[in-house]
Formats: sequence, structure tokens, C-alpha cells
Amino acid sequence: MDWQGQKLAEQLMQILLLIAAVVAFVVGYTTASFRTMMLIYAGGVGVTTLITVPNWPFFNRHPLKWLDPSEAEKHPKPEVAVSSKKKSSKK
Amino acid sequence: MHSFGYRANSLLTFAVTILAFMCAIVSFSFSNQTPSAQIQILNINWFQKQPHGNDEVSLTLNITADLQSLFTWNTKQVFAFVAAEYKTSKNSLNQVSLWDAIIPEKEHAKFWIQISNKYRFIDQGYNLRRKDFNLTLHWHVMPKTGKMFADKIVMSGYSLPDAYR
Repeated sequence: MDWQGQKLAEQLMQILLLIAAVVAFVVGYTTASFRTMMLIYAGGVGVTTLITVPNWPFFNRHPLKWLDPSEAEKHPKPEVAVSSKKKSSKK
Repeated sequence: MHSFGYRANSLLTFAVTILAFMCAIVSFSFSNQTPSAQIQILNINWFQKQPHGNDEVSLTLNITADLQSLFTWNTKQVFAFVAAEYKTSKNSLNQVSLWDAIIPEKEHAKFWIQISNKYRFIDQGYNLRRKDFNLTLHWHVMPKTGKMFADKIVMSGYSLPDAYR
């Protein structure tokens, strides 16, 4: 997942769980059935899990641009100087 | 949201927290409570002093009650019991449970039953002759989630005979 995808996944999870809870409570209250409320909420948690937890492609619409390997070879990493002289040379 | 496990954990924690809030809201469901009850002693079957010196009496009771108004969608069951309450020189309050029942549904909460006492009515001593006592119907409303409430109806004016039978 990319950064945008992670933010989307978190927001989706929170919104979907809250909606599941509200719907479950309202339906349970109007039918006077505690069991119905619990079943609807459990279903909502299951659906939310399926939507937000696996790494779906639509979470990766802004992929990170990693540096191409061939480009990286042209710019070698600077070598760390391992010298016994303790003079500090500030550049 | 770095990994599968992170998202799964975050979702589970949030779901359980919301569940706790839902249960808290549900536990505040109250109904307009108007219970009623009547108890009649049909017969005193026998009244004796036991070998250990304690009085015992056997009664046939006729219990009529309507506890339907106590039920809400959050009620798991109502536990009801009838207790005989009286005073002696030894104890300022004696409560002897004579009968109880578990009522699981609203439909069963309006009932009429005629039985002899389910539990034995034995005194601590031999004080029951000519004793005036109250019959109290207690109930405990047990919720599916939340606090349990208890209340009672006191019916007075019952008394036992002067001599053993």
C-alpha cells in the first residue's frame, strides 16, 4: 500500500464501523431485538475487515517512485573515510 | 497502516471499543414499571414442631402476578421469589423463601399458580404459633448488559394458627 492508500484504509475502517454500529443499534431498537443488533454489527465488522484489511489494488493508486537501479549505479554512495588522523575537516 | 497485521489489530480494537459503547447505551433502556401481584393462602397443610425443636409449617399458596411491564429488549430474564417475613424476639427480621421462578420471556410473566411451598418454612426456634407475617414478592430484573435492578411488593395480613395441627 502507498501512503494515500494507508490513509484511505484507515478512514474507511472508522467510517464503516461507525455506520455498522449506528445501523445495528437503530434496527435492534426498533425491532426490540438485542440479538438482531449483535448480528448486524458482527456482519458489519466482517464486511469492513474484507474491505480494509487485505492489500487491494485500489489502495495503491499513487505508488511510490523508487529510484531505478541503473540510475543508482551512476551516483555511488560516498565512502566513509576511515583514517587515524583525528583532524575534523568541516566542508 | 503498514501491514496486514497492523490493520487487522487496529480494526479489531476499534470494533470492540464501539461495541462497549453500544452496550453502555443499551443498558440505559428503562420501561414504565407497573407490576402487580396477589398471594392467597388456600390451606395450612400441617403445622408441627420438628424433633430438633424448630417449628415448621406447610402452606398451599395461590400466587397471581403480572410482571410483564418489567421487560425491555435488554432483559434476559426476571427472577421472582416469594418470602415470608416476620419478627421474633431473637431476630428483628426473618425472611424465609417459600417459592421462586425464573421467567425468561415477557409472555410468561403474567401467571397464576397454585402450589404448596417449594422450600420448607422452618423457623429458628418455636415462635410461629399465632404469628403474623407478610408475604413479599421480590423480583430481580437481570439484563443482557448492564446493571441488575431488584424491587418487591409487600403483602401483609397473614397469620398462623394458635396451635399445632
